[in-house]
Amino acid sequence: MATAAVKTLGVLPRPTAQTGFWSWVTTVDHKRIGIMYGITAFLFFLVGGLEAFLIRLQLMKPGLEVVGASTFNALFTMHATTMIFLAIMPLLAAFMNFLLPLMIGARDVAFPRLNAFSYWSYLFGGIFINTGWVMGAGSGSVPNSGWFGYANLTSVKFSAGLGPDFWTLGLLLLGVGTLVSGFNFIVTILNMRAPGMSLMKMPIFVWTTLVTSVLVIFSFPAITVALLMLLFDRTFAANFFNVEMGASVVFWQHLFWTFGHPEVYILILPAMGIVSEILPTFSRKPLFGYSVMVFSTALIGFLGFTVWSHHMFAVGMGPVVNTIFSLTTMMIAVPTGVKIFNWLSTMWNGQVKLTTAMLYAIGFIMCFTIGGLSGFMHASAPSNTQQTDTYFIVAHIHYVLIGGSIFAIFGGIYYWFPKMFGRLLSEKLGKLSFWLVFIGFNTFAFPFHFLGLMGMPRRQYTYDSSMGWDFWNLVSTIGVFILTAGILTIIYNFVQTMRKPADAPADPWDGRTLEWTIPSPAPVYNFAQIPQVGLRDAFWFAKHPEKGQKAADSLSYPERSQQSLIHMPGQSYMPALLALGPTILAYGLLYMRSGKPFAMPAAILGVLLTLLGFWGWAFEGEGGTMIEPEEGR
Amino acid sequence: MGIRRVPGRIGFALLALAGALLTGCSTLPQSPLDVKGPVAEMQTGLLMYTLWIALGIGIFVTVALLFVVFRFRARPGVTSVPKQVHGNHTLEVIWTVIPILILVSVAYPTVNAAFATSTPPADAFTVRAEGNQWWFGFNYPEGFTTANELRIPVGKPVRLEIVSRDVIHSFWVPKLAGKIDMIPNRTNVMWLQADEPGLYMGQCAEFCGDSHAKMRFRVLAMEEKEYTAWVEQRLAMMDGPKNLSEKAVLGREIFEGSKANCWACHTVDGTKAKAVVGPNLTDVGQRHSIAGGIMDNTIENLQAWIANPPAFKPGTTMPIHEGRLTPEEIKAVAEYLHSLK
Repeated sequence: MATAAVKTLGVLPRPTAQTGFWSWVTTVDHKRIGIMYGITAFLFFLVGGLEAFLIRLQLMKPGLEVVGASTFNALFTMHATTMIFLAIMPLLAAFMNFLLPLMIGARDVAFPRLNAFSYWSYLFGGIFINTGWVMGAGSGSVPNSGWFGYANLTSVKFSAGLGPDFWTLGLLLLGVGTLVSGFNFIVTILNMRAPGMSLMKMPIFVWTTLVTSVLVIFSFPAITVALLMLLFDRTFAANFFNVEMGASVVFWQHLFWTFGHPEVYILILPAMGIVSEILPTFSRKPLFGYSVMVFSTALIGFLGFTVWSHHMFAVGMGPVVNTIFSLTTMMIAVPTGVKIFNWLSTMWNGQVKLTTAMLYAIGFIMCFTIGGLSGFMHASAPSNTQQTDTYFIVAHIHYVLIGGSIFAIFGGIYYWFPKMFGRLLSEKLGKLSFWLVFIGFNTFAFPFHFLGLMGMPRRQYTYDSSMGWDFWNLVSTIGVFILTAGILTIIYNFVQTMRKPADAPADPWDGRTLEWTIPSPAPVYNFAQIPQVGLRDAFWFAKHPEKGQKAADSLSYPERSQQSLIHMPGQSYMPALLALGPTILAYGLLYMRSGKPFAMPAAILGVLLTLLGFWGWAFEGEGGTMIEPEEGR
Repeated sequence: MGIRRVPGRIGFALLALAGALLTGCSTLPQSPLDVKGPVAEMQTGLLMYTLWIALGIGIFVTVALLFVVFRFRARPGVTSVPKQVHGNHTLEVIWTVIPILILVSVAYPTVNAAFATSTPPADAFTVRAEGNQWWFGFNYPEGFTTANELRIPVGKPVRLEIVSRDVIHSFWVPKLAGKIDMIPNRTNVMWLQADEPGLYMGQCAEFCGDSHAKMRFRVLAMEEKEYTAWVEQRLAMMDGPKNLSEKAVLGREIFEGSKANCWACHTVDGTKAKAVVGPNLTDVGQRHSIAGGIMDNTIENLQAWIANPPAFKPGTTMPIHEGRLTPEEIKAVAEYLHSLK
């Protein structure tokens, strides 16, 4: 009777398609969601790469006019916005989504529909923020005030086009999905670990996911507030950043960087987690100093909230404030440095196997260290005033984000590809791609250090030959061509590999963690039987017991008196619908300032769809199916 | 082998960098490594100290990494599992304490320099520097205003009050001092001093719109006697241009006329032109550059600039004159401006 009543209240029935287009649109399976994140993010990565390519083409020689000033400014704004929000974060989310339940011995995340909603918010937000390109690259409709959108350049007075509106609304859409994911992962980690898996027995990647998620939920509200203020200024003539009404534009910077600094740790901690999983596997030794690594991760997360004004050393806050932030910034270097030595020690006395994944992990150690060292150089406020807003900072950014995050992501792709797709990527092509990427990246990014120390500021659409910057700009552009060849090799590797049959073994690398105990690709229910975990790296010690250890002490599958069928969460249209509503609302708000007649109807439609999504979500009933696992373990 | 080339490449780059540093970057007009004053000396000094530490640690980690990868490479045919070591307390302490000590050694001079570089000496005189899209205005205590070329006496501290009249800009002349932002609704204070005469390059270093890349300035440091003489001469210019050639007189008429209306945006002291939308042009003839520091100050460049400003500075509000003035008229205005010295 209750079910009948619920059925009549609902909007749409729960879909049940297992294959085909709609099965993907309505999926709530964390593995499929992870793959969707990964593919979408890789495509956006290519978009961001194309934007970088055009930037470097323009800067190859002094005085070039490959693109106009306005287009160039849109290019560097969108390159950074795309790479940070639409490429790196979602690529890391792809791994967190796919691996988290597998690593803790769970069947899915705590809130599967919410998980799907996060993906759809990302996809629609990403499309939304790029819509301006169709209106013309230099038209002012593409965000072009820099990826941190400083007030008051973003005011209507100084940016009359739609660019900052697309940027503001787009980031709001993207932010909701991310925030929601943060909560989802925390609840999953705290509540759904396999029996016996205490917090200190979790894989380190799960720890980095946990700390990253905490950073997300505490930092995203700051940028949400800032974006809402800017939105209100631009759409409803509010005065938050209105200079004529006495506003402080520095306030934007404080809000932005209160988010922006934790954001960079959001970009690197999961990457460090990936490297911390790859290195032990291909050294055949445990992660050195696991507890210290966990503690360092948490400390970096916490201290990440105490350093934000190091992005503002040139704002003129005075020597007391500048000194304080110099000191906190220096503090954060300590747990970061500790990690590097622990990684080196993991390989010490191990049996290092140089697979493609391992090459990227090793490349990460070298290049992230370089990026971290330029970061250490920026920490001292007085010397920072000679570095900030120059290419020396651009060097730091690219070493930590490419040499750090992207290398880890590429390594992770090679490492976990068999678990995701049931095939092993070609090692030969993988290694070739690594060297092209490594050499290309260093060739394009290392010269940025020189250019910064030669006085070249950031965000310059052109430069004069009299400044002495010609040579290194040319070298940098040549590096981009080499890097491009590397990326194309990776894509070729994907395509070739997907043509092969899906016959990869469950445990191709002699892995240490639970995802390698299940078949490749992972079955839809993950584990036919949830394991009982005895210690950290349980699978490894079950395969290679130490003296006096029994395999069953590490990992066992106790006989449980429960039904042999597994309950799978129900699919749903609602996550996609609930993400679509706010997107349409955003398009409506976009045009309100200019008074276009369709603006208000679009906004209202967006609100209605959102409400419909909430209603449908709440009343669509439990759904779900029971399935029989394929093998008995 | 590929992996052996890598440290070679990085090592070469580092040596090149060290070489560039040691031989001095005087051929680089805007390099913060080529220090010419006490403020930059403190800031760049810290930068160099941290640079050497960074290079040292970077080389150490790279070498250690390569050593570990090669020394502990998996030998083919070995099936035994290496000893599963979980950690080492002593090592953790060592590699926590040593970085802390290094950081303390950086923190101490940081605090000193932070206060010293932000506290102008008591005997400094004050110039007000204004940021505009896309030029710099300088108001002197004697009561006159120049633009895009800040003249200062050698060996004397100058206190700068830094403001903006539109969006956030940044005032950066690397050889003399680190940058400070020019922020609307806010007055920032910095100081600088040039210890040698010379023309020092500066640039806006905070993204400020379409022509951010074209917002440059210069600091001209002159021997004290010359500087005092210049101040006198500049004050004498306050009551209007003198000894203009025939062509320049014609140019002045156009400048103050209704065809071009230059006077509606610019100031030339002692004349009808008293507007402050664009830069003060009273002494433009004696500046080393024009158009916000992007072109050498020649009659040809002045003509080209006046004819079509947006061609040089996208987004500028200075109108295109090549339709409404004939080339001869533009040349006359250029002559007029060129004689303002």
